[in-house]
Amino acid sequence: MVGPDGSIRAPYADVAKWLEAAPPDQLERLRIESELLYRRGGITFAVYGDAAGEERIIPFDIVPRMISTAEWARLELGLKQRVRALNMYLADIYGKQRVLKEKIVPEDLVWQNPAFRPEMAGVSVPHDIYVHIAGIDIVRIDADDYYVLEDNARTPSGVSYMLGGREISIRLMGDLYGAHRVAPVEDYPNELVSTLRSIAPKAAGDDPVVVLLTPGQFNSAYYEHSFLADKMGVELVEGRDLLVRDNFVYMRTTERPKRVDVIYRRIDDDFLDPLVFRPDSLLGVPGLFNAYAAKNVALANAVGTGAADDKAIYTYMPEIVKFFLGEEPILKNVPTWRCRNPNELSHVLAHLPELVVKEVHGSGGYGMLVGPAARAAEIERFRGLLKAHPENYIAQPTLALSACPSFVGSGVAPRHVDLRPFCLTGAKGVKIVPGGLTRVALKEGSLVVNSSQGGGTKDTWVVDV
Amino acid sequence: MLSRTADNLFWLSRYVERADYFARVLEATSRLAALPAAYSAPGNEWVGALATAGCYDAFMKEYDKPTAESVIQFLAFSDKNPFSIRQCLETARFNARAVRTALTVEMWETINGAWLELQRMDKSTLAPARLTRFTEWVKDVSLRFDGSGYRTMLRNDAYWFSRLGIFIERADNTARILDVKYHILLPETSAVGGGLDYSQWAAILRSVNALTAYHWVYRESLRPWLIADLLILNRELPRSLASCYREIVDGLDNLAGAYGRQGRGQRLARALHNSLDSGTIEKVFQTGLHEFVTHFISDNQRIGAAISEQYLI
Repeated sequence: MVGPDGSIRAPYADVAKWLEAAPPDQLERLRIESELLYRRGGITFAVYGDAAGEERIIPFDIVPRMISTAEWARLELGLKQRVRALNMYLADIYGKQRVLKEKIVPEDLVWQNPAFRPEMAGVSVPHDIYVHIAGIDIVRIDADDYYVLEDNARTPSGVSYMLGGREISIRLMGDLYGAHRVAPVEDYPNELVSTLRSIAPKAAGDDPVVVLLTPGQFNSAYYEHSFLADKMGVELVEGRDLLVRDNFVYMRTTERPKRVDVIYRRIDDDFLDPLVFRPDSLLGVPGLFNAYAAKNVALANAVGTGAADDKAIYTYMPEIVKFFLGEEPILKNVPTWRCRNPNELSHVLAHLPELVVKEVHGSGGYGMLVGPAARAAEIERFRGLLKAHPENYIAQPTLALSACPSFVGSGVAPRHVDLRPFCLTGAKGVKIVPGGLTRVALKEGSLVVNSSQGGGTKDTWVVDV
Repeated sequence: MLSRTADNLFWLSRYVERADYFARVLEATSRLAALPAAYSAPGNEWVGALATAGCYDAFMKEYDKPTAESVIQFLAFSDKNPFSIRQCLETARFNARAVRTALTVEMWETINGAWLELQRMDKSTLAPARLTRFTEWVKDVSLRFDGSGYRTMLRNDAYWFSRLGIFIERADNTARILDVKYHILLPETSAVGGGLDYSQWAAILRSVNALTAYHWVYRESLRPWLIADLLILNRELPRSLASCYREIVDGLDNLAGAYGRQGRGQRLARALHNSLDSGTIEKVFQTGLHEFVTHFISDNQRIGAAISEQYLI
């Protein structure tokens, strides 16, 4: 909220006044009310490995995160550039592989990447789009620069919290909300369903049937799946509701099997089709991949997009943007040491207490080391891991992430935030609703914003200043 | 709509209806058990409650002896009994969560709100001594769920499947009461007479929420054959077998209309409805009340299975 010179940044002017004027118990009352709204609506998520917390709500911080329209415009350009490059990169590695032949990206990062799907080589996808829904995690470090922390090109989640947060702002924060002109986000489900319809096979005609495929109600994001299906007006299906006959996909209905043209799948590649991927998967649909390869059904995201979003490929994104688009990247990468290179590894080992170390294939904030916050034993454990399998890790400096005023029980205090805008790519180009999901590390000093690790969310207001 | 969605809606309604029925059975039984010994029937009211709920065998696996305490525990609160009221509500909410998009917000909030409240209840609330408060609450939940469905759902297949669930379950419940209590409804038992029979008969009517209705319909004191008439053939009583079947036939006709085809479910339901509609209580007693009810229960099950085969799998 505060600029380098100590003054309140322009988009926060009214928020600061509002916080000052708010009676001390008002914030607590609003927090309780917002929690009730979430709880009653069943807006929950599950934490894996935590039996007691089968259904929890993500803490919602009622103080909004502000972004000016001008800032957003530049961010939007950068995001569009980034997702275009991600899609071109995927089309290339599953097609002509120029990026490998010209040695922009080392071959083994593709071939040895468990998320690379050789089955996809030579399979053409509608409009050459692989990542229809991308969640690009972004942090701001100083007044001018946004950095990409992570590209999520598989099945990024969290958009229901962006939409739910906005509803709560409007209901509970009417006075502050009304004092601003806030760019709307509520058309996201509408944009999503248009994007999905735009990639339907030609044979589907003018009114393609779209479904959302969920692993079921034990999945941590089940609430989001049912919420999005409802808002889009499409069926929420599980694997057992679908069947494949003669390379076409159908759903079992109370009348007769009904053709399905587009599947927004929220299950991982591994579980999609037991005949092609993991044979023990009960979540998927036998024969789905063949129907997909025969272009009788479209999948969003495409199979094999994980090959573009792991942390090793991330380090090459600036080169990938330049190579495919011939442009300078608008969004920067966080400086990253690739531990696979011996001299970079020795630098990392020498500076472990200052660095953040991440698993190349990890996600969700599991299995990472935050040097400045870690105990000595934890650092030594990671030293061992790094020496044993350096290729599995990257390291980054701990960033001076921007902080936003947040309500933390004892009062309002700055907490670190990131931003996940949701980028939709369809036949007609890239669409991004203004803002996205702001995640906040509610523990003092913490830099980890993942909901599975005690993070919360905020509503994000893109406002005219 | 998806078969799985229809199946979930059907069973969601059944579980809510069943929870409501068990609450009424427990209330009626507590009332009987509170009478002086001179009024009580031979044997044990709580055994009767278990039989009416169809849970006697399951109970005897868990407990040695049916006492007030143990039966209430088992039918209302136990997590070992898959059909205890508490488990019915758990299962209903599980089904509701799987088909959230097919429910209206009001229905979802009722069932989810009830479930949340259930999570907050502790040993002191879920105790036999507090039974009445609990059963009142359960009846209130089912009333709100039923009412919000009736008031807010679109009249399409989702609605008809959820209504079918209610009425198949309700018909089964009414028939089960008759099945267990038929011996005190036979005309000859009226010779016993006295307060004992009155209490027993009133308990039957209370279990299906029909004691006041009886007086409005027949305007005389309780007679066993009239009770049987009310519960089996009366077209006005919403829990009578005849009423349930009129609703079931309507629901199935609506589905057949929407989907443009009839099936086995429609044929079987119509036949059963016709026999109830043209039947008389004299004929029922000639066949034998017990035989009649046993037949009805298996017919009702067969129709439930036909609906399932036709639409839900």
